[in-house]
Amino acid sequence: MWRRCLLTGMLVWLAATPASAFVAYVSNEKGNTVTVIDTNSWTVTKTIKVGQRPRGIEFSRDGKFVMVAVGDDDTIQVIDTKTQEIVDTLPSGPDPELFTQDAAGKTMYVANENDNTVTVIDLEKRARIGDIQVGVEPEGMTISPDGKILINTSETTNMAHFIDTSTRQIVANVLVDSRPRFAQFKRDGSELWVSSEIGGTVSIVDPVKREVTGKITFEIPGLRNEAIQPVGIGMTKDGKTAFVALGPANRVAVVDGTSHKVLKYLLVGQRVWHMDFTPDEKYLLVTNGVSNDVSVIDVASQKVIKTIQVGELPWGITIAQP
Amino acid sequence: MLRWLIGTIALSMVATGALAADPVEVHIGYLGHAGVKSTLSLVEQPADNDGIAGARLAIEDNNTTGKFLNQRFVLDEVKVKDSDDVAKVATDLAGRNDYIITDLPADALLKVADVLRDRGTVLLNAGAIDDRLREQDCRANVIHIAPTRSMLADALGQYLVWKQWKRWLLVVGSHDQDKLYADALRRAATRFGAKIVQERTFEDTGGARRTDSGVTLIQRQMPVFTQQAPAYDVLVAADESEVFANYLPYRTWDPRPVAGSAGLVPTSWDAAHDQWGAVQIQNRFVKLNMRRMTALDMQAWTAARMIGEATSRTNSGDPKKVIAFLKGKDFSIAAFKGTRLTLRDWNLQLRQPILLADGRMVVSVSPQEGFLHQVSELDTLGVDRPETKCKLQ
Repeated sequence: MWRRCLLTGMLVWLAATPASAFVAYVSNEKGNTVTVIDTNSWTVTKTIKVGQRPRGIEFSRDGKFVMVAVGDDDTIQVIDTKTQEIVDTLPSGPDPELFTQDAAGKTMYVANENDNTVTVIDLEKRARIGDIQVGVEPEGMTISPDGKILINTSETTNMAHFIDTSTRQIVANVLVDSRPRFAQFKRDGSELWVSSEIGGTVSIVDPVKREVTGKITFEIPGLRNEAIQPVGIGMTKDGKTAFVALGPANRVAVVDGTSHKVLKYLLVGQRVWHMDFTPDEKYLLVTNGVSNDVSVIDVASQKVIKTIQVGELPWGITIAQP
Repeated sequence: MLRWLIGTIALSMVATGALAADPVEVHIGYLGHAGVKSTLSLVEQPADNDGIAGARLAIEDNNTTGKFLNQRFVLDEVKVKDSDDVAKVATDLAGRNDYIITDLPADALLKVADVLRDRGTVLLNAGAIDDRLREQDCRANVIHIAPTRSMLADALGQYLVWKQWKRWLLVVGSHDQDKLYADALRRAATRFGAKIVQERTFEDTGGARRTDSGVTLIQRQMPVFTQQAPAYDVLVAADESEVFANYLPYRTWDPRPVAGSAGLVPTSWDAAHDQWGAVQIQNRFVKLNMRRMTALDMQAWTAARMIGEATSRTNSGDPKKVIAFLKGKDFSIAAFKGTRLTLRDWNLQLRQPILLADGRMVVSVSPQEGFLHQVSELDTLGVDRPETKCKLQ
């Protein structure tokens, strides 16, 4: 009994120790590479050559693989996190950009920009098992915390499409501002946030009523309004604080998750795009497309503490245990 | 109580209607002119469906969106010949359509605008770049999607000044529209601090644009035409009539770049433009039309998309509501230019960035960095509110 306790304790301790060091994978859209960053030393440990125009990037649920959508090669490449080499590809449909997985990591949904569809992929069989017709230029993808609703945003149609994951039918369409890029649920499922790049806003959508209940707008003194283009969104697990990347405004807005008020703007690199938290939520890493770097934000102090040079035109980022 | 009840019912009907509304069918006319102009370069020869092809793509895009809102868009295409009575053709078209996208010369456009004024039909000018249509000859029932000559000239002027190519040799064609373009270029030079060191006129003496021995002759003509110029940085050509400008690059007496109607050209769109998601529309366009997308295609696409956008935002097939939304402060349209496009409320001109392209690549996009404006940097291009001669009526 004691022995087992001790053993379990040791295992927990062993697992916990390296927890401060995570690994971040950054897709470099123009460089056709993925940069690997060690979050302990904040250094680049490897640059992996991938297919053409890598954008959407995400760890598999089991953490064994990183999947990256290489749009101009019409596929999703699978990187083994142990060897950090490409080991497989997924049948994504044409021009995949962003994708999301269900909680079990069994099903993947991919936005295909070129043919107005969302492709459904069985991750175990690595097979395409369905298509859903959506609006013009599908982009943002996310799944509700209960797994029942898949959200896809379409950039020229300007909608968030609510798709029933069991029937794969669109059950609702919510009109948001111009060029919706990214969608994210609060962990408790009470709100869906959708960023509109050209509209310059983040729409707060009530997932039950399926309508826009509020809008976050941004104003930065001395900066022309048109330069404020919200794209990536990051929200803490407790839903209290959110971060919104404002593209060519070169800033990340810190937003109160409850009141939806903008608290402050953090100056980062040029054309800030997507972001991800370290799993302990101590740090938030954002990609800066034009300055070819990643800014590290200390979440507690809401300060930019570091900049790391990566490949050409960094776009997406995903972080997990090494 | 009863009133409250009715109010509630009405409200719930509105709420339900927001998504599953009665089917709305929106009819958009396209009024173009027959016959395509002859260009010096064979690869720049416009297709027969130049412009219309863009409107067709926008109708497809609108219908993809429309299927979620129970809205359907239909395009009704008409081309007028010089011998046709454009006012009559337009009146017939207005009888079948809620809006008309036009690609007409300035005078024909004004004729159509005035004959349709009392019906309330709104025209979306996709083709004519004349400043006077937005200034002294502006009309309250014409929305301008095409950029103006002065917007194009300013876009080029800003870049040349940014590049420190401030001494211009201006070569102007002998046709009216060449002279108008030259006026816009002179204005740009004055506004942004460039100097026109000399002006020359290239007379159009007629003749075929393509002959079998053409190159040899041009190779001798162009250096001679451009010799003995005062010191200059860039040759700026105003040749909308396609008589000489494209003969200039690599043939000037002094080794200087060419801009304006050849070389570095300001334009609303280019087939090489790939920033800000533009690859997606370029791909869709090629797939639908089996050719690349031109500036006129883009202007017509934007016009038809504006109707689609306003129809989905207002959730209405009522042209009055749709036009009120287009003219209102909440309207903006995304058109792959990296920023939202809006309407200048004083003359209904669409604000837009202008690309500078050399025929193979997009070299830059204006407004250039550092050209500031108190309202919108896009208003550093073209005639601004304080200078306007337009009184909308």
